[in-house]
Amino acid sequence: MVRNAAALANQPPVLEIDDLNISYFTRAGEIPAVIDFSLLVRKGEAVGLVGESGCGKSTVANAIMRYLGNNGRIVGGTVKFKGRDMAALNREELRQLRGSEIAMVYQEPMAALNPSLTMAEQLTEVPLYHEANCTPAEARDRAMEMLALVRLPDPERVMGAYPHQISGGQQQRVVIAMALLSNPSLLLLDEPTTALDVTVEAGIVELIAELSERFGTSMLYISHNLGLIMETCDRVCVMYSGEAHEEGDIRALFENPRHPYTRGLFGCIATPGMDKNARPLTPIRGQLPLPHERPDGCNFGPRCDFFQEETCGHGLIAMQTVNPATGHRARCMRWKEIDWSAHEVAAETREPLSPGEVVLQADEMQKYYPVYDRSIAAMISGRSVRYVKANEVLSFVARKQQTVAIVGESGCGKSTFAKVLMGLETATDGRLVFNNADVSRLPVQRRSPKQLGSLQMVFQNPNDTLNPSMTIGQQIARVIRKFRVESNPDRVHERVMRLLDLVKLPRDFARRRPRQLSGGQKQRIGIARAFAGNPAMVVADEPVSALDVSVQAAVTGLLMDIQREYGTTLLFISHDLGVVRYLADRVVVMYLGQIMEQGATDEVFSPPYHPYTEALLSAVPIADPHVDKKRIILEGQLPSVLNPPSGCPFHTRCHRKVGRVCEEAAPPVVEAAAGHTILCHIPMHELRAVDPVIKTAAE
Amino acid sequence: MTDPAADAVSRRPNRLLGVLKGIALIRESTVGMIGMGLVGFWVVMAILAPVLAPYDQLAQFASATYAKPLTAAPDGGTFWLGADPLGRDILSRILYGAQRVMIYAPLATLCAYAVGIAMGLAAGYKRGWIDDVLSRISDIILSFPILVLYVVIIFRFGASGVNIVLAVTFASGPGIMRIVRGLVLDLRNRDYVAAAQTRGESAWYIMFVEILPNARGPLIVDACLRLGYTIITIGVLGFLGLGLPPPHADWGGMINEARGMALYAPHMTLFPCIAICSLVLGFNLLADGLREISLKD
Repeated sequence: MVRNAAALANQPPVLEIDDLNISYFTRAGEIPAVIDFSLLVRKGEAVGLVGESGCGKSTVANAIMRYLGNNGRIVGGTVKFKGRDMAALNREELRQLRGSEIAMVYQEPMAALNPSLTMAEQLTEVPLYHEANCTPAEARDRAMEMLALVRLPDPERVMGAYPHQISGGQQQRVVIAMALLSNPSLLLLDEPTTALDVTVEAGIVELIAELSERFGTSMLYISHNLGLIMETCDRVCVMYSGEAHEEGDIRALFENPRHPYTRGLFGCIATPGMDKNARPLTPIRGQLPLPHERPDGCNFGPRCDFFQEETCGHGLIAMQTVNPATGHRARCMRWKEIDWSAHEVAAETREPLSPGEVVLQADEMQKYYPVYDRSIAAMISGRSVRYVKANEVLSFVARKQQTVAIVGESGCGKSTFAKVLMGLETATDGRLVFNNADVSRLPVQRRSPKQLGSLQMVFQNPNDTLNPSMTIGQQIARVIRKFRVESNPDRVHERVMRLLDLVKLPRDFARRRPRQLSGGQKQRIGIARAFAGNPAMVVADEPVSALDVSVQAAVTGLLMDIQREYGTTLLFISHDLGVVRYLADRVVVMYLGQIMEQGATDEVFSPPYHPYTEALLSAVPIADPHVDKKRIILEGQLPSVLNPPSGCPFHTRCHRKVGRVCEEAAPPVVEAAAGHTILCHIPMHELRAVDPVIKTAAE
Repeated sequence: MTDPAADAVSRRPNRLLGVLKGIALIRESTVGMIGMGLVGFWVVMAILAPVLAPYDQLAQFASATYAKPLTAAPDGGTFWLGADPLGRDILSRILYGAQRVMIYAPLATLCAYAVGIAMGLAAGYKRGWIDDVLSRISDIILSFPILVLYVVIIFRFGASGVNIVLAVTFASGPGIMRIVRGLVLDLRNRDYVAAAQTRGESAWYIMFVEILPNARGPLIVDACLRLGYTIITIGVLGFLGLGLPPPHADWGGMINEARGMALYAPHMTLFPCIAICSLVLGFNLLADGLREISLKD
């Protein structure tokens, strides 16, 4: 968002936070959650608060609303809203303020809406409660108006609907409408799009930007995603371990970050310039300190390459002004001394892997789920069974040492494909040849230990991937014995230890339980477990999407190192195109159970594209101010797989729809280059002429 | 490292330590501590009954029927809590009664759990027709008034310890199954269950190793509550004359025997009532305490 920074600087402040300190009081004693935090939000300004989980960003938002729960307390500093000290307000004044002057949008729209009330009841409640002389009819009119403003199609229908009757994206739009109904001066957005699909997220982000422009609402946008912050905010504050470590004007900070942590974060994000072989990501070493185990001096010290005991190791490090004109400040003693240009070339480059023989071949594989309609009407008409076409004729090939990514939004059938491949479901039709054997109709119970061991999976949720009641050692040992890799207890133990070495974890972790591990460490154990049986192929289902940014890079790096060592084929299932572009060799783009485009990564990520790929690419926020991106917002809803559109499945949302032909005929498979196919009615020469979505400005 | 191989692979020492640590956690809940104290008191009483009881539970003193508390016994001793209509020492009978309660209540609850867990795991993990059949069976049993059910079972099979265990199992198994099934429905979608499936583990292994241990928290709390209910049930059955056969001491039976004299000699019903009450209360408070500490942190 580009707005006149000078004009904003003259606006009166809406929110002033001064030297705020917040602590939680638990069994273990006082745990400081936010330390020495100051922030100013002016009228009409959008300020981003970015940081990893546990850095205290949500605590700040809750402290503004004075919602700290039973054990949280502000132990120092002030929060002033429009010049009034929030701490001095009594209960009744607070209640009047919340929801009318300060509104909040949460991460989970489904949890923010009451499932037993219609939208109309929930929306009209806002003006009826906060304004003394508002009639129900007036409230209803205003609610309708607001629903139209958040660009919900058919507000009339939405008003009468219950939360479960509308999609997640629509729910979040209703929540935003509800927050704006009272015309608040300050809008707190706590990860408002994290639970949504990328294309839906793009729509919400655009909406938020547009609304703040229109109403002049100040916003505090909390997110872990630097790219999103760059697209929505004027200023940004980077938090780490309870402290603000750097803040400033968005462009100034993104173009020239001064704090080693901020630098490190940018090094962990896969931006278009990154490449797994030529320019690999540089993870931040170590992990976030626990709140009660913070080091003396700079909190980032133990992970920082520029740490000097005498300057950084003692007391509280204060914010240092970098550039008063852009409000750029950094909590680093050495920001002047660090020569970033000399530090740039730390990452090693590596030879790209050459793909070997075919490991997996999907040949027109189909998976339909029958849905039984038991109504009388269905019985009479004889149409009592319908099919969810989860996978419709999937054909692609994965080779040894190759990384093949399957991308698509939720419900596109990528997880169904993984289930069939793993043998948890059987295919309806077609073949799925893995290591020269058709496994499409071979359920997991009938696979041999060797087959099981050579095809393993890394799961998405680190907190779910390990059995909480067993030690790490037991869980890995079980896998080794199950795949008949070893059976002698000593040899099994030896192998457990080697697997722990492989994923770069200390050997004594074998005796720990999952709850004693951080998310990244659990995911490493998940990887160790998948590689226990010397797999030929590993399916990774969003293996890093639930991890913190600084940990993501390390886990992806590890996965690639092991792949290199074992020559494993990696099937990477993801919705994050940034990560996919970075590490995949081939990309398969799926939409509603069908492959819309597939090819080598470079081919798929540059024109000619399928219009859906184009939209997906433009929806991904990119945290790089040098990249110029075209905005394509998909209209309409993701259609139901139970009743997919005729012709091309994408025609209902396509921004390049040709005409009737898209609705009537299935698109032809067009080969753009050897191994790069697109399913589209648009002639190839037109697709080739499309402007690229992402242009890197010449540096 | 002394013997790392044995350490990493064996699980017993860790388990035992974990259980002890779990019990130690109860100190953080006052309510839980009171419950633990009450239950502990009765456990000790039951174990030490032969040592502590002044008389044999069957010893009768014809001259001392309806003796008030703290009166002298014909043999020179004292009836601390009085004597019953047959002239038996109430204190001794309560102590021996505690033994029976402490044997049959946990046994019955254990059996009910074995059945309930097996049914719940099968229904929740296997789903499909197994779930349909088991759920309908449990619905049918649950729709019966529970007391009528007990009476029918005991009348049909006669009053004995084993039959009480059977009746309690039959009546509370379905309730436990419901709880287990609900927990399993949640746990079966965890990634570690999927991981076990993709490495070809059997359904038995997944149900008993991957799922059941992770459902233990709520089940332990429920087991404490259910132990309390079972004690009431055994008391009620005893009161109705369907419990453990006389003449051996049984708290419910003691209340029943003295029922007619409740106004003339209230102590004969009061003390067994207090016994039942305190033990049930103890288990309930213990359950509350366990729930409290499980919600913390």
